[in-house]
Amino acid sequence: MMLDAALFWLFALIACGSALAVVISQNVVRMAFWLVMSLGSVAALFFLLQADFVGATQLLIYVGGTVVLLVFGVMLTATGPYLQIKTSPGEGLIGACLGGLLLLVLTYSVMGVGWDDVTGRMPGESPAMAETPGDPRIQSGATSRSLGLAFLGLRPDAPPDPTLTRAPAPGYLLPFEIVSVHLLVVLVGAAYLARAKRRVDVES
Amino acid sequence: MNAPLAAITLQEFFSRLMPDEWDSAVRAEWALVIAAVVHAALLIGLFGFLPLFYIWLERKVAGRIQDRLGPTRVGGRFGWLQTLADGIKLIQKEDLAPSAADRWLFNMAPFLAVVASFTAFMVLPFADGWVAIALDAGVFMILALMSVEVLGIILAGYSSGSKWALFGAMREAAQMVSYEIPMALCVLVPLVAAGTLNFGDIGRMQSGHLGHWLIFHDPFTFLAFFTYFTTATASVKRAPFDLAEAESELVAGFHTEYSGLRWSFFFMAEYASMFAVSGIAALLFLGGWHTGIGPIDAAIQGLRDPGATEFSVSNYIANLIGATVFTLKACFLVFVQIWVRWTLPRLRIDQVMTTCLKYLVPISCVLFLGAVLWPLALAATLGRTTVLEGSPSLGKTLIGESRPLSPREKPLARSANEGIFERFEQPSERPKIPSLARRASVNQEGSR
Repeated sequence: MMLDAALFWLFALIACGSALAVVISQNVVRMAFWLVMSLGSVAALFFLLQADFVGATQLLIYVGGTVVLLVFGVMLTATGPYLQIKTSPGEGLIGACLGGLLLLVLTYSVMGVGWDDVTGRMPGESPAMAETPGDPRIQSGATSRSLGLAFLGLRPDAPPDPTLTRAPAPGYLLPFEIVSVHLLVVLVGAAYLARAKRRVDVES
Repeated sequence: MNAPLAAITLQEFFSRLMPDEWDSAVRAEWALVIAAVVHAALLIGLFGFLPLFYIWLERKVAGRIQDRLGPTRVGGRFGWLQTLADGIKLIQKEDLAPSAADRWLFNMAPFLAVVASFTAFMVLPFADGWVAIALDAGVFMILALMSVEVLGIILAGYSSGSKWALFGAMREAAQMVSYEIPMALCVLVPLVAAGTLNFGDIGRMQSGHLGHWLIFHDPFTFLAFFTYFTTATASVKRAPFDLAEAESELVAGFHTEYSGLRWSFFFMAEYASMFAVSGIAALLFLGGWHTGIGPIDAAIQGLRDPGATEFSVSNYIANLIGATVFTLKACFLVFVQIWVRWTLPRLRIDQVMTTCLKYLVPISCVLFLGAVLWPLALAATLGRTTVLEGSPSLGKTLIGESRPLSPREKPLARSANEGIFERFEQPSERPKIPSLARRASVNQEGSR
């Protein structure tokens, strides 16, 4: 589809361009703004793939949560010397090397995937061959159900065994719970570390 | 082929208007673009009109509460055109920026706020099927979109290069970050009762009479409505929670340095967000687009023709009535917000934070816990999960009735009450199912 491809390129360009701007710009708050643009475009790419839930999560957690906290932190701390971030050429070189290596690894692993097998399995398929606009499922927005069912263990990539001899594929509920509890522990720990330390000195 | 009215969606309508010689895929694509533009124009029109109306309403209500008349001259007896006159005045004003400001961010920030506020309208349904983007995760989506608006406010306050603006922005950030928690928890309470995140499904399941509205579903949703409304008022920074503006302390808070059109963008965003949060309340608690009066709802439902394959006037009328009812409900809630603003004094910042963290968060946690336990308690005592027969409830149709389930699958099937298995059973009726469902259904047929 021409339209999907055009939108894909538009948002992909915004995402990459803003990511570049985050690195190049020297003002911390402008960096945050470019970060919003970049993360928002990535959310738009998720919407293009009919992954509405993931896109909304991206917006809620990264744009609405993380970046807001980042700007909030900057406002409380950034005065004078910390507002402008100037990198020395050496730091720039190291950063470019690391970024280039990461790009290399990502490109290598993307090339290594047999996409023909995978695209047949994904509801949205690739942006270039997304669902026809007339699909009633997509039009009524039923895009998150398989995700929710996979969460509970009814996984589309591992359909239930017809003979009922093999145990059904595990759902994602337990990993999700483990991650949530882990995050809670991190939160409690952070609150403990950042607490107001009012220690009464008995000696004096 | 070229019968424009034999279409259900606007896209189909436009694609039928186009010449037959064109390839059908090209037609569909251009029709999609035109339909999207029309939908966006409609929403932007609403987005612009609502603040116009609400600012006039605010002035009138404030006048009445303070024993004044409010605007009386512009546009006749009631001052209907007062806001429009203000708008014209604002457009003519000079676009100023302080020399200490980060000029570029200063210019961008109002747009960020207004765009974030506008996008919330895209997933808000006005009637059964009258929604720009229908989503399975609509409620989640709208909360995510509305959480972005605060960023525009913070950036505006920060980039102004003014102490007052910075203080306003910091208060706003602290307030938003903390009030989002009880707000999301309160939204979860009716969702637990409804069992879906889809606004359309939530609206449809509240048809019938007043007892089917989710606010009357159980005591917890009833209390959650009032808690939600409090947090929603705070999240759109209306008095008594308008610390970000606080005229008596901070000049004008985060928008101290703004003037003209950019200044008015903040107010457009604020008033439109008031409508959005009130619309969410109307959908989640107050029956959405249903009147709540049994016979009237039945009559409107009778107009609908669910199997219509082309444009149907009666469907359109039913939706028009629904949209009117929905808008009236939301406008009533906005009126309550205005009423509260001109009645209660502003809180101090520490009182705002105490209200949220010490009262609203525990209250909403308790409500959420209660809403989860309520169906279990009812099932143990009454043998069904709702007080009234036929109320919306989680798990009306269970999967697994049509095929034997292994013991390990049974609890899963109970939670996932509808969906993939329905589609597994009828692969022939829906030819465009992606291959995953088809493959699974083939597997299943092999087992018989």
